[in-house]
Amino acid sequence: MILQSTWFFLWGLLWAIFFMTDGFDFGIGMLYPFIGKTEQDKCSMIAAMGPLWDGNEVWLITAGGVTFAAFPIVYATLFSSLYTAFMLILFALILRGVSFEFRNKIDNPAWRSIWDKCIFIGSVVPALLFGVAFANIFQGIPLDADHLFQGNFLTLLNPYALLGGIVFVVLFLVHGALWLAARTEGKLHRRAVSAANIIWPVTVLAAVAFLAYSAIATNLYVNYFAYPLLFVIIVLAVAGLLTVKLFILKRAYFKAWFASAIVIVSATFFGVAGLFPNLLPSSINSEYSLSAFNASSSPLTLKIMLVVVLIFVPLVLAYQIWAYTLFKDKITKQDLEHERVY
Amino acid sequence: MDTVFLSRLQFAAATMFHFLFVPLTLGLSILVAYMETRYVRTADETYLRMTRFWGKIFLINFALGVVTGISLEFQFGTNWSRYSAFVGDVFGSLLAIEATAAFFLESTLIGVWIFGWKKLSAKAHATVMWLVAGAGSLSALWILIANGWMQHPVGYTLKNGRAELVDFFAVVFNKFGILEFLHTVPAAYVLSAFVVMGISAYHLLKKQHVEFFIRSFKIAAVFGLASSVWLAIEGDQHAIHVTETQPAKLAAMEAHWETRTQAPIVLFAIPDEKNERNLFQIGKLPGLLSFLGYHDINAQVKGLKDFPRQDRPPVLVTFLSFRVMVALGALFVLLTLLGVLLRNRLLENRLYLMLMVAAIPLPYIAIQAGWVLAEVGRQPWIVYNLMRTSDAASPIAAGQVFASLAAFIVIYGLLGLAGFYLIVKTAVNGPEAEKK
Ligand code: HDD
Ligand code: HEM
Ligand code: HEM
Repeated sequence: MILQSTWFFLWGLLWAIFFMTDGFDFGIGMLYPFIGKTEQDKCSMIAAMGPLWDGNEVWLITAGGVTFAAFPIVYATLFSSLYTAFMLILFALILRGVSFEFRNKIDNPAWRSIWDKCIFIGSVVPALLFGVAFANIFQGIPLDADHLFQGNFLTLLNPYALLGGIVFVVLFLVHGALWLAARTEGKLHRRAVSAANIIWPVTVLAAVAFLAYSAIATNLYVNYFAYPLLFVIIVLAVAGLLTVKLFILKRAYFKAWFASAIVIVSATFFGVAGLFPNLLPSSINSEYSLSAFNASSSPLTLKIMLVVVLIFVPLVLAYQIWAYTLFKDKITKQDLEHERVY
Repeated sequence: MDTVFLSRLQFAAATMFHFLFVPLTLGLSILVAYMETRYVRTADETYLRMTRFWGKIFLINFALGVVTGISLEFQFGTNWSRYSAFVGDVFGSLLAIEATAAFFLESTLIGVWIFGWKKLSAKAHATVMWLVAGAGSLSALWILIANGWMQHPVGYTLKNGRAELVDFFAVVFNKFGILEFLHTVPAAYVLSAFVVMGISAYHLLKKQHVEFFIRSFKIAAVFGLASSVWLAIEGDQHAIHVTETQPAKLAAMEAHWETRTQAPIVLFAIPDEKNERNLFQIGKLPGLLSFLGYHDINAQVKGLKDFPRQDRPPVLVTFLSFRVMVALGALFVLLTLLGVLLRNRLLENRLYLMLMVAAIPLPYIAIQAGWVLAEVGRQPWIVYNLMRTSDAASPIAAGQVFASLAAFIVIYGLLGLAGFYLIVKTAVNGPEAEKK
């Protein structure tokens, strides 16, 4: 029980870290066509995430791998049920990844504009569809007694799920704009700040709507009323969102970004805490749901994986924080010229 | 076309495409790290230019390796959900360990390497590349342990309707996976050596950047020779282990129909699966198959006819891919040996240089052939003797898989073209000019 619950928590944590880290890359990618006006702006935007996006994306691979290792049936059911959605996410991520590398290799506007579009598509599609996917998990999907999915891609595009998608998109937009604001200067910096200012109220609205709609569309609040302490998570999310604005006003953009990171983690845990112990609720009959208790790996595998995660995740966090601090300064013209070599 | 068939096609396309890039990542990272270290030690600018030039090719290739890997990680769930549910207890953790132990290190540090020239000392910067190279090999180790388990499952018990882990260390030290690692990694080194030698030969033929490319060629030739000799020796060990663990694969890769002692090897044949015989064969070498499989010419080798038809792998493909791999392997030993012998007279040997330019695709063919042998030869099992491929696919509509397969082919086709074009262009442009 404790082992399985621990793994349930770690499962949520890994997804939350993925959204928190790669989230700002998605945000910058979505802002890219709108506030990247000049060639230099675009290069700065790519340079702002260039050293970090790949390491951030591995949190996705790890979250997926850990789902596979700790809850194999969930991994099998989730990814095959949401087949088309995940394929779209994968294709989008493929395009995004190569675009950073390919774009500057040929000095030709047509060539560049192809990859510019791919950067946008490769950011907006995952942001939206991860939101849709997680909102679907929150409300449950039509799984029958054999864990077979009795729906299709359109079943997944219901209003609640779409709202979830929008929430992810705006959260990541703010997150990306803040990272950009912290790492750039001049016009691009000002555009990033105003983007954050414009999107922030939309985020507040979307978040409130999502919290309210969740009361109707999901059973998430059952856990909250059973354990009122859990409301701390919602308080944290709301307080974080307000702090973001406060720090923007104080022009403390790294701090604002940090607050936004807390918002994203709490938003993920809002759902995860409400789900417990379910990982994939069935909307047909709650007895068909896949939970931490009926879908986990054997205790031996869970123990081994716990050792692995307890050793490696702190290590990874240590060297990733080192990499982040290495690339926290404002991006200068010289930086861009030097990187042009690659 | 059913879901199983389409999923097999999609998995084959996706892994084979991934493995167009991974070998160069594994080998070139080591060569680049070595060049950078030489630069740090000697302060010789040519080594720095070498690091940058080969590093640029490395990075284009690396990006393609990364993005194609991600789609694989999720395909076990999307396309092989019954397999994933059945083996996840053992197999899932290996993938998760690969990501936490290796991918993080590699992906985080490659960003530091690309953008960190000014932020780190020269020594630290070179160390970062060594760590990237090490992480690459580490990821190969874990994925091959996972594959080794599918080829020869150990350390599990059947419980709760699935394979559950009972002995983690038996899985990690599974001889099949370790042998695959010891074979795949040097195969990647051979491939990288041929890429470096081939591109160098191209410039040497044009007599440009002569000093730069002679140096590159020499390093690669020594690396390539050592790796190809190792490959042939280890390949032999591999074959013995396949004989022990997967007799049907051995019989198929030799198109060996009748069980007998002093079993022969045929150099070439066209197997006729319907009539259970070889249409024609040339170069029959008596006793050699018994020797290859057991290191004893009198040993008995089980023939295909003694396996029920539904347990036999496709013979023709398995047979031919083994022939291609071994023939090319012998050629690589020869070509790299020549390279080491001629290393101080390269410019005078234009014919050899032309040969080396033409040879660039060959290790790619050999390495893909090797994997086709390993994976097609494992059929009809997805986990050897434990689960059939036909029972492993997701219960999803064939139309969905058809659509994603078509998208894979289009996107990978275009990416492959763009990547190939960029690498060739970078290679042909040559290194940056010397600083005066
Ligand atoms: C440059 C590429 C290359 C070359 C020259 C060779 N191999 Fe290889 N071979 C591979 C690249 C490869 C590979 C693609 O990396 C495989 C696929 C699975 C594996 O572990 O390595 C493989 C598999 C593979 C297998 C099947 C293992 C299995 O079923 O899992 C055998 C028996 C051999 N090899 C034996 C040899 C021998 C006797 C060679 C003699 C020279 C040889 N290989 C050269
Ligand atoms: C990168 C080198 C690899 C190549 C080129 C390769 C190639 C292939 C091919 C051609 C098939 C189709 C075989 C058939 O259906 O007849 C296949 C199937 C498969 N391979 Fe691999 N493979 C590679 C590595 C791996 C590894 C490392 C794993 C696991 C960790 C793996 C797991 C699978 C699975 C699950 C299938 C689908 C089921 C099946 O057809 O048996 N492959 N692969
Ligand atoms: C012989 C088989 C394989 C070997 C040796 C291998 C090795 C590697 C290496 C060295 C990398 C990092 C360098 C690069 O991206 O080019 C990589 C990337 C990747 N591989 Fe493979 N791979 C194999 C097959 C597979 C399979 C079957 C999977 C699916 C589980 C997979 C999943 C991945 C993923 C997710 C990445 C991206 C990691 C990142 O973002 O850095 N690989 N592989």
